[in-house]
Amino acid sequence: MEIGMKVLVCVKQVPDTNEVKIDPVKGTLIREGVPSILNPDDANALEAALALKDKDPSIHISVITMGPPQASVMLRECLSMGADAAYLLSDRAFGGADTCATSTTLAAGIKKIGDVDIIFAGRQAIDGDTAQVGPQTAQRLDIPVITYVQDVQVNGDAVTVQRQLEDGYEVIEVKTPCLLTAVKELNEPRYMSIYNIVDAYKKDITVWTHKDVGLSPEECGLSASPTQVWRSFTPPTKGKGEMLKGTVKEMAAEVVAKLKEKHAI
Amino acid sequence: MGVRVINDKCKGCTKCVKSCPFDAITMVNRLAVIGSACTGCGVCVEACPFDAIEKTEGQESKIDIRDYKGVWVFAEQREGRLMPVVTELLGEGRKLAAEIGTELCAVLCGDKVEDLVEELYTYGADKVYLADHPELKNYRTDAYTKVIYEAITEYRPEIILLGATHIGRDLGPCLAVRCGTGLTADCTKLEIDPEDKKIKQTRPAFGGNLMATIVCPNHRPQMSTVRPGVMEKAKQEPGRKGECIKLPVEFKENEIRTKVVEIVKKATEMASLTEAEVIVSGGRGLGTPEGFELLKQLAEKLGGTVASSRACVDSGWIDHSYQVGQTGTTVKPRIYIACGISGAIQHLAGMQSSDYIIAINKNENAPIFEVADYGIVGDLYQVIPAIMEELDNIADKNKI
Ligand SMILES: Cc1cc2nc3c(=O)[nH]c(=O)nc-3n(C[C@H](O)[C@H](O)[C@H](O)COP(=O)(O)OP(=O)(O)OC[C@H]3O[C@@H](n4cnc5c(N)ncnc54)[C@H](O)[C@@H]3O)c2cc1C
Ligand SMILES: Nc1ncnc2c1ncn2[C@@H]1O[C@H](COP(=O)(O)O)[C@@H](O)[C@H]1O
Repeated sequence: MEIGMKVLVCVKQVPDTNEVKIDPVKGTLIREGVPSILNPDDANALEAALALKDKDPSIHISVITMGPPQASVMLRECLSMGADAAYLLSDRAFGGADTCATSTTLAAGIKKIGDVDIIFAGRQAIDGDTAQVGPQTAQRLDIPVITYVQDVQVNGDAVTVQRQLEDGYEVIEVKTPCLLTAVKELNEPRYMSIYNIVDAYKKDITVWTHKDVGLSPEECGLSASPTQVWRSFTPPTKGKGEMLKGTVKEMAAEVVAKLKEKHAI
Repeated sequence: MGVRVINDKCKGCTKCVKSCPFDAITMVNRLAVIGSACTGCGVCVEACPFDAIEKTEGQESKIDIRDYKGVWVFAEQREGRLMPVVTELLGEGRKLAAEIGTELCAVLCGDKVEDLVEELYTYGADKVYLADHPELKNYRTDAYTKVIYEAITEYRPEIILLGATHIGRDLGPCLAVRCGTGLTADCTKLEIDPEDKKIKQTRPAFGGNLMATIVCPNHRPQMSTVRPGVMEKAKQEPGRKGECIKLPVEFKENEIRTKVVEIVKKATEMASLTEAEVIVSGGRGLGTPEGFELLKQLAEKLGGTVASSRACVDSGWIDHSYQVGQTGTTVKPRIYIACGISGAIQHLAGMQSSDYIIAINKNENAPIFEVADYGIVGDLYQVIPAIMEELDNIADKNKI
């Protein structure tokens, strides 16, 4: 079959921050047993691509990630959901990248893949919550970006999206190539299909190092990151207050008395 | 900055492996090896009992950072009105500027927004850089990025603050890449290092489980987006004057690659949660969407407004604009009443700094009680009506 539009999805493997717990004694993060997952917004980004392919099977979907070798597990998952090809940018030199350096590496990888019509990314990754890598990658590729996309319609090279605002949305038109970042409201991600899981293991994951994407080690990772983590710490907790006692009526009266004390009423 | 293992000192105890928030350390032949997921955060440096991990210095500056002066605030406007976060940025920007001993400026883009310039002076801007052009009426990434980038290259600010709104979080990353500098997202605290006068930006990561303080030592400007509702607003000083500098605005054909066809406002007003003094917030414990009616009654009696946890938004009980938390709005009202909310870290991230927190929950072990000033273990459907009755009693007494 003739290959139609080329769609690419940026995906990241993240620790499930819902499962992260704080050690109450030491005040440190407990990482043990915390599963790694496909970043939730990226699942929406991938679903958006797959939905386009449902309508037009000639569409070719690639997924790309920059991460450690074990990120290939997540890439397999993406293939099992229906992606056609997977790229893993993995190199010691990529380590310690901030969003600025991450976007440089992703953009270099995407350029090497070449001729992409639509790039989807997640709005934000739940480990860093920065929401920066999508727009920054678009800047480096010199293509238009629309963030917070909650609806997308594609008609040839014309793309119409709804961009979520705090109090509504904008309808925006753009031409391909472009980069769109997906929010949770965009769609409901599908599960892996049995048929695809079997198929996914027949596909290769392409692994590239900094040399493969034409970057020098100085252009990658920590050495290309303007921002640096100076310190990290677990947030101080506020500390438990007073538990009110008595009957419902007594407790209600006490709360109201407290509110009065605070001049709330 | 990064970290390095001093192999001679490493005893293979694995403490660092367990401490690493990024799962970046592995043990190879009983020696710690820092992997590619390392962000140089330094948690392991602290965790190592043998001082076997040390911080390493980062790269040298390529620009002369002394050429960059002044604190800039992005004066985000929509429909000719300043966003509430702008006065927060000016309040915070003023403190930072005073500590460095520099000026506070605002950069304003829009169409016929000249009257906002005066307003910005009254909130503390010494200078306003104004880009007034029909193409700048509504925010568009390409247009705003170009104009502000050009202003940055011309006037070289030392620090730029943007609100972490849907617009600020779109513009900030694009500007940072253009300027070849770093950007710290969604900051909740900013400080000037008294020694080197550089900015320290603190922000939550891992869904609020960890706080990170970020620096941008060798690149300028230092840029942050700042979470709305967190910083203290600037006080308005009527009649205060400043200087307006008009920015040249010119676009070539096809330079702005997106077209805004329509802006659709939600039927419901944007919940002004950040402004509310009293918030009555409901969680999945309400059981049904109708539960919010009860909360509304209580909120009305207290002159406040309702809000919600994400669980209710996900269930379609209430609009996303009411959601408090990591992926919703950050609030700090005088009083926050959490009803049927368990107190997940992502929710706490958005309400923990409220002055007084009252929690009502059936489960005495709910984590919400860990941050509550007053906790009530009970069924909200009994407790809230009882509180309302009590409020009515007081109101009646006052009448007599
Ligand atoms: C990336 C990410 C971002 C997130 N962002 C946010 C966010 O911004 N904001 C947010 O809120 N959440 C957020 N969450 C979700 C968060 O983890 C929790 O799932 C959510 O806050 C739980 O909502 P809840 O407390 O209402 O529901 P539950 O956890 O189900 O708690 C319901 C509580 O109600 C109590 N209850 C039940 N019946 C009654 C009754 N009759 N009377 C009194 N108490 C009763 C129960 O004891 C329980 O404690 C996020 C999650 C992720 C993964
Ligand atoms: N290492 C990475 N590899 C691939 N995509 C990434 C990576 N980091 C971030 N992204 C993409 O950028 C989005 C925003 O990430 P962040 O800026 O980290 O919040 C994510 O949802 C991904 O789509």
